[in-house]
Amino acid sequence: MNDPATETRDKNRRTTLLLSGMVVLMFGFGFALVPLYNLFCQVTGIQSLAQRSAIGQLAPFTDGIDETRWVTVKFDTTVNPNLPWEFSAATHKMRVHPGETYKVNFFARNRSHATVTGQAIPSVAPWQATPYFSKLECFCFNKQTLTGTQQADMPLQFMISTDLPEEINSLTLSYSFMRLKETEKGVRKRDPLPRIAATKND
Amino acid sequence: MTTTTLTHDEAHHHEAPQGWRRWLFSTNHKDIGTLYLLFALIMLFLGGASAMLIRMELFQPGIQLIDPDLYNNLVTNHALIMIFGGVMPAAAGLANWMIPMMIGAPDMALPRMNNLSFWVLPAAATMLILSFVIPFFPGGGTQINTGWTIYPPLSLQVGMSMDFLIFAIHLLGISSVLASINIIVTLLNMRAPGMTLLKMPMFCWTWLVTAFLLILVIPVLAGGVTMLLFDRHFGTSFFDAAGGGDPVLFQHLFWFFGHPEVYILLLPSIGVLSHVIPTFARKPLFGYKSMVGAMLAVATIGMVVWAHHQYTVGMSLGAVTYFMIGTILISIPVGLMVFNFIATMWRGAMTFETPMLFAVSIVLMFTFGGLSGVMLAVVPADMQYHDSMFVVAHFHYVLMPGAVFGLFAGVFYWLPKWTGHMYDEKLGKIFFWTNVISFNITFFPQHFLGLAGMPRRIVDYNVMFTEFNVISSIGAMVFGLSHLLLLYIVIKTIRGGKKAENRPWEGAKGLEWELESPPAFHTWTTAPQIK
Repeated sequence: MNDPATETRDKNRRTTLLLSGMVVLMFGFGFALVPLYNLFCQVTGIQSLAQRSAIGQLAPFTDGIDETRWVTVKFDTTVNPNLPWEFSAATHKMRVHPGETYKVNFFARNRSHATVTGQAIPSVAPWQATPYFSKLECFCFNKQTLTGTQQADMPLQFMISTDLPEEINSLTLSYSFMRLKETEKGVRKRDPLPRIAATKND
Repeated sequence: MTTTTLTHDEAHHHEAPQGWRRWLFSTNHKDIGTLYLLFALIMLFLGGASAMLIRMELFQPGIQLIDPDLYNNLVTNHALIMIFGGVMPAAAGLANWMIPMMIGAPDMALPRMNNLSFWVLPAAATMLILSFVIPFFPGGGTQINTGWTIYPPLSLQVGMSMDFLIFAIHLLGISSVLASINIIVTLLNMRAPGMTLLKMPMFCWTWLVTAFLLILVIPVLAGGVTMLLFDRHFGTSFFDAAGGGDPVLFQHLFWFFGHPEVYILLLPSIGVLSHVIPTFARKPLFGYKSMVGAMLAVATIGMVVWAHHQYTVGMSLGAVTYFMIGTILISIPVGLMVFNFIATMWRGAMTFETPMLFAVSIVLMFTFGGLSGVMLAVVPADMQYHDSMFVVAHFHYVLMPGAVFGLFAGVFYWLPKWTGHMYDEKLGKIFFWTNVISFNITFFPQHFLGLAGMPRRIVDYNVMFTEFNVISSIGAMVFGLSHLLLLYIVIKTIRGGKKAENRPWEGAKGLEWELESPPAFHTWTTAPQIK
């Protein structure tokens, strides 16, 4: 069977198989990127959701108040579509001195008739300001439960460090309120709840 | 004996079905190439029509013709139709037609798979068009207002048309992967005796690299959109933040495909240029080996710089610095290609037939688009330009000249070979000038709009942007309509015209010009010997 036509056909079959193998491998690689990505973020210290819940779990800064400096803090609120709530900040923007303690009220209302539990996940933009933003008291430290149509004020006490880099004179604190599905059957495997609890005890 | 097998095959093929069966059951690389090119031409007009609607809406500030959701739906469809329906099939059509003729092979290595990879496309296009149309029917859900990048969380919230789009992407991916496997097998195993890899025509080289890129990145996109589908319907949380997923992960998966994709679109056209410029400069290509090396470098670095599309998502400083340096590095091998083209033209006996006009304009305008690309690669600058009309101007300057004009050059260059008739040179030149001038009128002002702060993908804009938008829209109407002239020229050439010689261009080199014009149904049944 040394005739060239068969030989070419065999060669073609081998190359085709090899290339098909590459395609399958790359398809698998796409899925392998999911854990790899999480790993990469952990190693390089890019914030994952679990780490974000720890934002502001910092001891209050005690370097005194810098009255010569003004920093603008903006508040941003998002409600995940899976949570039937209304959620907003009483103030959208305030000017603060680093080192001083401030209080802001947030307002939440359950638009449904069922009891629903949620948790707010904070994040700070620009992210470089994260280590300088301390929350003394925050509704986001705990899960919040609202009975049907209940409304509640949710207080936040925060302080900005006097060490905040010079070039940052405005920052945004953003909250995403997510539903916790702990009471329902079939809890999602990747439900944020256990991860949040774990990081808080660190 | 080989010869007898071949004659048997040949005899069998001459009884090949006629009429519609000839096309549906075709395993002939020339017929399939023609199908690809016709398909791409239809898609060019569909994508072009949606672009013209977009520009009509942007003619004046305010909302006149189309509502915001439809506007974003059009933007999404324009991109997907042009990229997956227009440029990629057109390049695959050129590959099907030319590669076997250039390397002295009787046909593609896997003719039946070739048939499959084309005939998946109309099905995919139907799905794609359905994803655009379905929201207009009762119960059709919301429109796809995400743009072609289909980022979650928005893409998780779109109605069922997103599922059509996801399956359309799967089908388009299958088609490209099958075509790529076929092209690689053909190029590696079917070359005429004596044609070593480094004697292979440049167009074949560019397609070899393109096909490998496709095989490496399309499956990752397929994986990404599959995860999207699972998040939408099967309760997983790959990208859904409420379940612990990360929407930014999708951006990484998408751009891992999306960035090499721009080289997939570009390289076949670079291959065409490497034939057109030497032909009309009547000099061999300057630096063939450096060209191959540069292309491999572009493809390799291009695989690992994807995140420059996402500088603003909040990556660490180290990561953005890496992606910035990597991206800027690409301009070195690309610059080398451009210099090779210029050196090929240097002191050549140049004439300016339509393919050469397109080639020269590509060298100029693609370089221009490349330079705005370097601006965008710089992180602090990109923070200003991100998602502005500047980006739109940039990628149209690289994609239109870099990919589409290159394909036009190839079509005009090889049309006499395919049809056996010369195209109307005068009409070709009129087409070139209207096309190129109106292209610049359309997209050049968009640089200024972007620098002044006009965002992309938004239906309305501030009145201060009106003047440049008016200019751009007028240019776009001329640009869009000018393609009717292309259609006319192509039809006219197919139907008749001056008889083309075997080698209609005096400076043309290569095996394909040794065949008659038009070539027989089966060519190179006995492989030529390359010295």
